[in-house]
Amino acid sequence: MIDFELSEDMRGMRDMINQVADQTMRPISRQFDEEEHTDPTEWQQMMWDVSKGASIFGGGPEKSDKKSSKEKKSLGTSKPSERNVGATVTIEELSWGDAGLYLSIPNAGLGGAAVMAAGTPDQKKRFMARFGEGDPKWAAMAITEPGFGSDSAAVATTAVRDGDQWVLNGTKIFCTSGQRALDKSEGFVVVWATVDKAAGRAGIKAFVVEHDTPGVTVTKVEDKLGIRCSDTAAIVLEDARIPLDNVLGDPEVLTASKKGFKGAMATFDATRPAVAASAIGIGRAAVDFVRDELVKAGVEIRYETPVMKQTAIERDFMDMEANLQAARLLTWRAAWMMDRGMQNNLEASMCKSKAGLAVTEVTQKAVEILGPLGYSRKLLLEKWMRDAKINDIFEGTQQINLMIVARRILDYSSSELN
Amino acid sequence: MISFEPTEDQQLVRDTVASFASNQIRPIARDADESGQIPDSVVQQAWELGLIQSAIPEEHGGYGGDRSAVTSALVCEELGYGDLSIAMHVLAPRLVTYPVLELGSDELRKEVLPDYCGEKFVPGTAAVMEPSMGFDLNDLQATATRSNGSYKLSGAKCYVPLGSEARHAVVYAREGDGTAAFVVKTDSPGFEVAEREKIMGLKGLATYEVMLNDCTVPASARLDGDLKPIFNRSRIALASLAVGVARAAFEYARDYAKDRKAFGVPIAQKQAIAFMLAEMAIEIDSTRLLTWEAAWKLDRGEDATREACLAKNYAAEMVLKVTDNAVQVLGGHGYIRDHMVELWLRNGRGFAMFEGLALA
Repeated sequence: MIDFELSEDMRGMRDMINQVADQTMRPISRQFDEEEHTDPTEWQQMMWDVSKGASIFGGGPEKSDKKSSKEKKSLGTSKPSERNVGATVTIEELSWGDAGLYLSIPNAGLGGAAVMAAGTPDQKKRFMARFGEGDPKWAAMAITEPGFGSDSAAVATTAVRDGDQWVLNGTKIFCTSGQRALDKSEGFVVVWATVDKAAGRAGIKAFVVEHDTPGVTVTKVEDKLGIRCSDTAAIVLEDARIPLDNVLGDPEVLTASKKGFKGAMATFDATRPAVAASAIGIGRAAVDFVRDELVKAGVEIRYETPVMKQTAIERDFMDMEANLQAARLLTWRAAWMMDRGMQNNLEASMCKSKAGLAVTEVTQKAVEILGPLGYSRKLLLEKWMRDAKINDIFEGTQQINLMIVARRILDYSSSELN
Repeated sequence: MISFEPTEDQQLVRDTVASFASNQIRPIARDADESGQIPDSVVQQAWELGLIQSAIPEEHGGYGGDRSAVTSALVCEELGYGDLSIAMHVLAPRLVTYPVLELGSDELRKEVLPDYCGEKFVPGTAAVMEPSMGFDLNDLQATATRSNGSYKLSGAKCYVPLGSEARHAVVYAREGDGTAAFVVKTDSPGFEVAEREKIMGLKGLATYEVMLNDCTVPASARLDGDLKPIFNRSRIALASLAVGVARAAFEYARDYAKDRKAFGVPIAQKQAIAFMLAEMAIEIDSTRLLTWEAAWKLDRGEDATREACLAKNYAAEMVLKVTDNAVQVLGGHGYIRDHMVELWLRNGRGFAMFEGLALA
C-alpha cells in the first residue's frame, strides 16, 4: 500500500536526532564554518560515543551484513527492512543541523560503504571492526585525481603487484575526510587504481590503504566555498606498499573482469540517496527559516490562491516547498527500493540530480527573499546556500547523474551515450 | 511505514485502465481533437469499466467499491495518458456523483445517484469556472441567494463539460463570504447553456458557457458541509491527469529521439536531447509522487489543501514544460499535426487555469 508515513520507530529516531542537531550542532555551526580546518573534537567524541561507530550510511559492521538480511527475509516474519529509508531520515536531520558537521562525524563513511559493497566477508570483518571500538575513526574514498573527475574510468593511479604486496603510485584529490582517516585517526582510505591501464575499466580495482602506510602523504586540505568543517584532502601515494589481500573483492577481481569496477560503482546507488538526503536537510533548514520569518513579517502563503493571483513571494515559496518535497520523495523511493533489494540505479541518480539542483535553487532563493538579512553572516542562511551547492557536485555532478538517468530511460550503454 | 507500491487491487485497476487507454482511447485521440467528437462507443466502453459506478454504494445501485483518492490518482494518470479530452468526458459524471456521495443529504443521494448506475453512460457536469481573469474558487462572482426556502443562482460560468447534455450540474457559487455548491437539474429554468466553447486544447471535449439567470433550486439541493476535500480531490485528479499527459509526450519524444538520426546517430545519443529527456522523466516522477502524497493524506481524512495545491501547481508547470520539450525534441515535425505532441502541448497548457474540471 502506498504510504508516506514513517514508521513509529523511525519517527522516534527522527525526533531524537533532530534534538541532537538543534541542541549540539546549530550552536557551533557558525564557529566551525569560520574556523576552517579546525576539528570540533568534543562534539566528534560525543557523536562517536553516542553512535558507537554505527554507520550513518552504506552499512555498519553488523547491520548491513548481506547474509543476515537474507536470513531474515527467508524467515518471513520480521518487519521489512527500513535501513536505507532510516539512513536518509537520519542524514536529513543531521544536515538540517549542519552539513559540514555531519560530514565530520567519525564514521566508516564512503570508505566503509565501498568495503561493504565490494569487500569479501573477511575484508568486512578486518576493516570494519574498528568502528565499534576505541577512539573516533574515519574511513574515506579516494577516486578523483587532478586529471579526471566524473570520468572514473580514467584512473591514472597505478597498482603494481610485487610478490605479496601491491605498490601504489599516484595523486588523489577531493577525498572527503581523507586527512581524518589517514592522519587524525586509525582509519583507512579506499583508493581506486588501475592494475592494467590497457584494460580500461576492467583494470580498475579498489584498494584499502591503511592510515600508517609509508609512502602515503596528505599534501593539502582544500579551502572551500562551503561545508568547511569537512576535510577535503589531496593524497600522494609514492611507492605505497599494501598487503595483497587489501584489494577489495574476491580473488577473481584480479583477473581482467569489470567486477571490481562495477562493485565500486554500485556503492553510488547507496551513497547518492544519502547525498540527496543531506541536500534536503540543508534545504529544509532554509525553508523552515524563511517560513518563520514570513510569519513574523505577517506574510501569509495562500496555497489555494490561483496562479494568476499569487504574489511573487507566494509563488517562490511554494516552488521551494514543492521542489524540496519532490526531492525528498524521490530520495525515499530510491532508499525504499534498496530496502526491498530492488535495483535502484536509475532512481538513485534521479533523486541525486533533483535534490542537488532543487536545494541549490531553494537556498539561493531563500537568501534573496531575506534581502540584506539573507546575505549577512549574522544568520546561517548564507552558509546554507554555500553548503548546499556541494550536493549539486559531489557523488557525481547533476550532469553526470542526468547522463545516468538518460542511459537508463533510453536503454543506452555508456559507449552509446557519453 | 514508507511504501511506494500500490495494493494488488489498485494495480489491477490501473492495469485495466492502462490497457483501455492504450488500446481504445489513444488510437482515436487525434480524430476526437480534429472532429470535436468522441465516439459514443468508446464512452460506453469506458462506462462499462465501472469507474463511476464502482464508488457508489450498493444501496444506491453502485458496486460499493473503493473510494480512495490514491486509486483515483492511478486511474486518472492512465486515462490522461490515453487522451485528456476523452478522460474528462468519461469522468464527467463523477463531477456530480462524487460531491453528492460525500456531501449530499440522504434524500439527494437517493434522488441523484441511481441515475448514474445504469447500463448506459449518463453525462453529469459541474459549473465551477468563470470567464474572468480573477477566477478564484474561494472568491466566486456567481452568487447564491436564499429566499423562501429556495436558492436563486446568478452569474456566468464557463468550461462546463458536456453542459448541453448533462443531466445534473453541480453549480458552485458565492454564498455570503464563502463558496457553496448546489445540485442543479440542467432543465431547471434559468440554467441556460450557451454555445459550445472554442478553446485551444481539449477540443474533443464539448465545453459550454452557462448563464445562471435567477436559476431557482430548492434548499435541499445545497450540498451540506466542507467543500475543501472536494476541491482538493479535484486538484489531485487534475494533477494526475497532467502526469498522464506528460508521460504520453515524454514516451513519444523518447521513442522518436531513438529513431531519428542526425549526423549519423540517433539524436537521443546527443546530450542536448538526452538531458532534456532525463529531466522530463525526473519531473514526471516528482509530480507523481507529490500527487500520491496529497491523495494519501486526503484518504487519511486529513486536510490536504497544502499538498494538493502544491501538487496541482507543480503539475501545471511540469506538464507545460514536458509537453513543450516533447515538441522541441521533434523539431519541425513536432509542430505538424501528423504527430501527437502539439496536441499534448495544447492540452497541457490548460492545467494552470483548470479548477474543478475533473473529479475521480
